[in-house]
Amino acid sequence: MINAVGRDIPEEILKITGKEPFMGIHHFDGSVYKKDGPYTKCVINSEGSKMVDSIRDCLVKCGIRDGMTLGFHHHFREGDYVVNMVMEEIHNMGIKDITICASSLGKAHDKLVEYIEDGTITGIQSSGVRGKIGRAISEGKLKGLAIMRSHGGRVRAIETGEVRIDIAFIGAPTCDDYGNCRGIGGKSDCGVLSYSMVDADYADKVVAITDCLVPFPNFPAHISMTKVDYVVVVDEIGNPEKIATGAAKPTTDMRKLMMADYCTEFVVNTPYFKDGFSYQTGVGGASIASTISLAKIMKERNVRMRFGVGGLTKPMCDLLENGQVDALLDTQDFDLDAVESVINPKHFRISAGEYADPFNKGAVVNKLDFVILAALEVDVNFNCNVVVGSDGMITGAQGGHPDTAAGAKCTIVITPLLQGRIPAVCTDVTTVTTPGESIDVVITDYGIAINPNRQDLIQCMKDVDLPFKTIEELRDIAYSITGKPEKVQFDDKVVGIIESRDGTVMDVVRKIKEFQFTGE
Amino acid sequence: MNPNKKRLRRTMMFLNAQKPGLIKDPYIYKPDSIMLDLEDAVAENQKDAARFSLYHALQEIDYRGCERVVRINGLDTPYWKEDIRCAVAGGCDAIRIPKTERPEDIKAVEAEIQIAEEDFGIPQGRTLIMAAIESARGVVKALDVCEASDRLFGIALSGGDYTKDLQTYITGTGVELMGARQNLIIAARAAKIQCFDTVYTDLNDMEGFRRDVETIHLMGFDGKSIINPRQIPIVHDIFTPAQKNIIFAEKVVMEIEDKREKGIGVFIVDGKMIDIAFYDGAKRTIELAKASGVYKGGL
Repeated sequence: MINAVGRDIPEEILKITGKEPFMGIHHFDGSVYKKDGPYTKCVINSEGSKMVDSIRDCLVKCGIRDGMTLGFHHHFREGDYVVNMVMEEIHNMGIKDITICASSLGKAHDKLVEYIEDGTITGIQSSGVRGKIGRAISEGKLKGLAIMRSHGGRVRAIETGEVRIDIAFIGAPTCDDYGNCRGIGGKSDCGVLSYSMVDADYADKVVAITDCLVPFPNFPAHISMTKVDYVVVVDEIGNPEKIATGAAKPTTDMRKLMMADYCTEFVVNTPYFKDGFSYQTGVGGASIASTISLAKIMKERNVRMRFGVGGLTKPMCDLLENGQVDALLDTQDFDLDAVESVINPKHFRISAGEYADPFNKGAVVNKLDFVILAALEVDVNFNCNVVVGSDGMITGAQGGHPDTAAGAKCTIVITPLLQGRIPAVCTDVTTVTTPGESIDVVITDYGIAINPNRQDLIQCMKDVDLPFKTIEELRDIAYSITGKPEKVQFDDKVVGIIESRDGTVMDVVRKIKEFQFTGE
Repeated sequence: MNPNKKRLRRTMMFLNAQKPGLIKDPYIYKPDSIMLDLEDAVAENQKDAARFSLYHALQEIDYRGCERVVRINGLDTPYWKEDIRCAVAGGCDAIRIPKTERPEDIKAVEAEIQIAEEDFGIPQGRTLIMAAIESARGVVKALDVCEASDRLFGIALSGGDYTKDLQTYITGTGVELMGARQNLIIAARAAKIQCFDTVYTDLNDMEGFRRDVETIHLMGFDGKSIINPRQIPIVHDIFTPAQKNIIFAEKVVMEIEDKREKGIGVFIVDGKMIDIAFYDGAKRTIELAKASGVYKGGL
């Protein structure tokens, strides 16, 4: 069946998953549903401790068995040890058929490929996967379907009961013996625990894993004891050097600086750039550079930001320090400056649900004026791909891309026109992850294209001195340099689905096939 | 005369001809010229690989109006003749000669270019020459060098080698370059060709770079050699004429053209006495204004 972004979703996949094809970003606006709820153990005794000696004991107490779904968060990013140490125990116990429902997975989890190959893990649900897991899925090694869903989409899937997490594991930089967790105060600080909040609310069993046990009460708790079943202490929950590094040096790459300047020039010429505007940006060199150049113009023109959202980095926290923004709303911290900023009373921790869930009574993304995003590919319909590489291999993550794009009044995608020798602007993206209807502007090093659906933006840029082009012109320039790329060759087998944030099917990912030359 | 001889050259960006990532699309930064280097940037045992990459870049890449200059290896090396053949066959716009000290150097290169143009079916005279002056002797002989060939569009100071020859070093103040800069600009202007300043290598000191460009702009240089695209907007900004100068230049050009038809040689514009000698300068101001995107008039 052809969905609203023109992708053919096999009937069989709709049947297996019970899902509908994507019907537009606002299709479910105003619809009503009843939330799911977890089993909860009543703790009325005064024994006073939830400590368990080991992860293995914890798994036993939680009743681990074949076929369970386990929840993990990715606040430790590429420094995470938690997923691997839990899965190693499960593997040693001979448990099979586990589904991992993580907010994201990366190269830190390459080891899981062994468990995919031996059937310990048969399902993966994640914002995306990088590294060897992505390759394993693309090569068809995962028994079940991989489901790639956005940060907001994950909360929705859990709240609606589409996904039931049997046991959630929360890596906690600090925790007390009764399960009050915080993202700061330990040796492996990640700042916030936003992605795991829905796990704590909805999983049947919740386990806190920490390498820094602190006396009760570890307050103010980021995850409350009222939701935690067990606490385990391990030597290390992660590698601090890879969890939150020093702030990235602002880029000196002229290409990125140029795109950042285009972006800032565009932003300040929209009607949304006024006192009290809101803004979110990512961690790429151009995004960070655009925050820095925007801060300069805000100062010059005496314009204040009401709130900034993130995925936070130093330049956003600098805005708070310099009094240029009233509040930061934080779901994840990418550098030590952002982690340290968490203690600022105007730096607010929010849950992934508050951030981006489309199925609650209103998330922060809906209040965004601007979001600055990146993409692996953008097509002439402004559809974006942030998950599947142009070689057909799963290699990225949706993160909050579709959530913020859908919510923001002005969604800007910055990408160099060529990613190496691959055109980033193309006729058809390999896989649609964010629908074109939510993308307003594409900024490249060769020019800027405004979505024709946004005639209002086209009008207000009429006299602005920026290199405007149509998206087709950008594609044609890219193809004139690289040649028209041949389509990636896939097998018929579907190995994963790109789930829209509302739970419908945006696209499918097929098994990769070795390239065969078809021409003379 | 080759019409490109007097084209606008505010910025000439050095790029290692061997690096595909660098040479694939430098035009997006809008330098007036790029200088594809076969000399110092390329290791001794990579000269042939660099020529291969250079040839294909010149043949395949649309540099979108950006002038393509090729820096060949020195005339004291075994490489320079093959460098010229490769660059001319590829269709480069100009050859840059390093370490030029004598008019004979220009003549030797000119002869090789001529042969290459014949061999590869390139129109005679299409390939221009520029000469880098990198020694005290070169500075002293500058005028002779400037007048050595019709193909020569300009000379450039190469500060690194020059200061070594002078037994000093690059200070960042420009004091060590004062004599050479003055000499070269005077020689170039005497020969009615262009003159370009040396690179500024401290990329962490953009303020110092700006001061340096302001100085050479006031001295009369046509442009500056660039080693990083971040330097380009600064040079272009400094070389952008002021609005009042553009308006005056526009009047001068229009009045000269008008009065010429009427047979009037000398006249007054905005209270200043103007004659034909002002024409080239005024045209250059308009050209600079156009290149800088600040000219809205109809000339």
